Amino acid sequence: MSLEESGIPTVAVHTDIFARLAKSVALANGMPTTRQAFVPQPVVDRSAAQLRAYIEDTDPLTGRPFMQELIEGLSSPLNDNDLKGLSFERSTPRLLGPDSEDNLQNLFIENNWTDNLPIVMPTEERVARMLEGTSHAPDEVVGRLRPTAFREFWEFTVEKVAVNAVMAGARPEYLPVILALAASGQTARSSSTTSFAVISVVNGPIRGEIGMGDGIGAMGPFNHANATIGRAYNLLSQNLQGGSVPGDTYMGSLGNWYNYSATFAEAEERSPWQPFHVQHGFEPGDSTASVFFGGRYTIAGFGPRETWAEQFRRALAACQHNLAPMLVMDPIVARGFVDLGFDTKEKLIDWCAENARLPAREYWDDQWVQTLQRPLAVAGVEPHASRLAAAPDELVKMFEPHEISIVVAGGETQGAWKMIAGRHVENGTVSVDAWR
Amino acid sequence: MSEKLTVHDPRGYPPKVTGKRLAPRLQSLDGKVVYLVDCLFDNSAVFMEELRQWIAENLPNVETPIITPSRSWADDPEMRAKVAAGGDAAILGVGL
Repeated sequence: MSLEESGIPTVAVHTDIFARLAKSVALANGMPTTRQAFVPQPVVDRSAAQLRAYIEDTDPLTGRPFMQELIEGLSSPLNDNDLKGLSFERSTPRLLGPDSEDNLQNLFIENNWTDNLPIVMPTEERVARMLEGTSHAPDEVVGRLRPTAFREFWEFTVEKVAVNAVMAGARPEYLPVILALAASGQTARSSSTTSFAVISVVNGPIRGEIGMGDGIGAMGPFNHANATIGRAYNLLSQNLQGGSVPGDTYMGSLGNWYNYSATFAEAEERSPWQPFHVQHGFEPGDSTASVFFGGRYTIAGFGPRETWAEQFRRALAACQHNLAPMLVMDPIVARGFVDLGFDTKEKLIDWCAENARLPAREYWDDQWVQTLQRPLAVAGVEPHASRLAAAPDELVKMFEPHEISIVVAGGETQGAWKMIAGRHVENGTVSVDAWR
Repeated sequence: MSEKLTVHDPRGYPPKVTGKRLAPRLQSLDGKVVYLVDCLFDNSAVFMEELRQWIAENLPNVETPIITPSRSWADDPEMRAKVAAGGDAAILGVGL
């Protein structure tokens, strides 16, 4: 659309599954009649002959020849709507109703404002009570979110965050953590086709103050604060960014269970290592929330036993190499690694980065590595360029140390660990204290 | 009869949409330069090359240089300027 503004007539080609999304993005950009043409999904993995057939066939949306859509899109005269674009204001009301609770529950579900589980109705009284959990004014702007990089940002206030916190069943004392997550700028509801989720970890004194769980079942539905803070983060993400609606503002092919709720606390007192937030420049007495973008895979194991290195190499090689893992370790595992000489998280992270390797041909035979890393490699950006220059059977490193994180949690009923897709977002550790 | 509730709307605030007009269309593609912008999605280069070949075979008077942005998922003002300076039209693909 920027090219159109530069005076260059343009047609954008999309696959048909993205038609609704492409049209809604065009509308939100004030150019609803942007010329678009469609080919069948997928383009990835199709041969040249198959793609040629797409070009010679019809547009699956209009039924007209695809090439006719392209040629006419560049050369057919414009009409009045094309010339004026479409300007409009969109507003959302502050209050809804009055109506019965049943009708309002249905209204929220029909409008895709929930996670399809029952919500607590955000009445004026409940929202006012929630707002007592922070000193910040209800109308203070907290931040902006969007489902993906090519969509518009929506803005939101403290009150709007409180509304979603009520819906999730959170208590007022949890609100500073929820506001911090909202202020991180990272949506927990990416619209990516790859079904991202965000896992969030809380550090510092706030954990004890609000009774967060870092022990038995820390990553399950066994702690009220963990469960409702994580749920609130997901609900506020979908509602404050303009939606998370399949086919429009959500395109994850498989979806992700972590999108219900994925928040826990680090077991700082039982960990032999530095807390995560201290690793990232905060003081031990600070309270923070850290966000990890991923959630696409989870690999689990136990140990460390005699063959831990082989087990870890296999697990690391099974991680998606375009998305580094966060390692969540029970304190038993963490202490076991200290006994093996890894007396800091950084030492174990360095070992993982050095030993997570794939043959170059496997590394590059990946849709997202081709899409995201290859252009950088071709431009000479390291470490991508060296990986591209490697011989097909050469083992190349999958991750850089700064991409891997370790968090300690668990109830010590088992020496269990998980590797979860979880890239610590840039500037992704935010102060909770700032939102008290 | 159940109690009637008034509740808060849970949505954020969308930005105002400002209409933008489309660029004037060409009278014909004949003799024109139509940039094929490969958006760098996996396999889009193969699609664009097939498109270039189809146009070369069927519209031989249309010039179709293929151009790519510097990286995926990012606006590339330098590339846009190049298209605006040297092109008459553009086809982008294959995007989401």
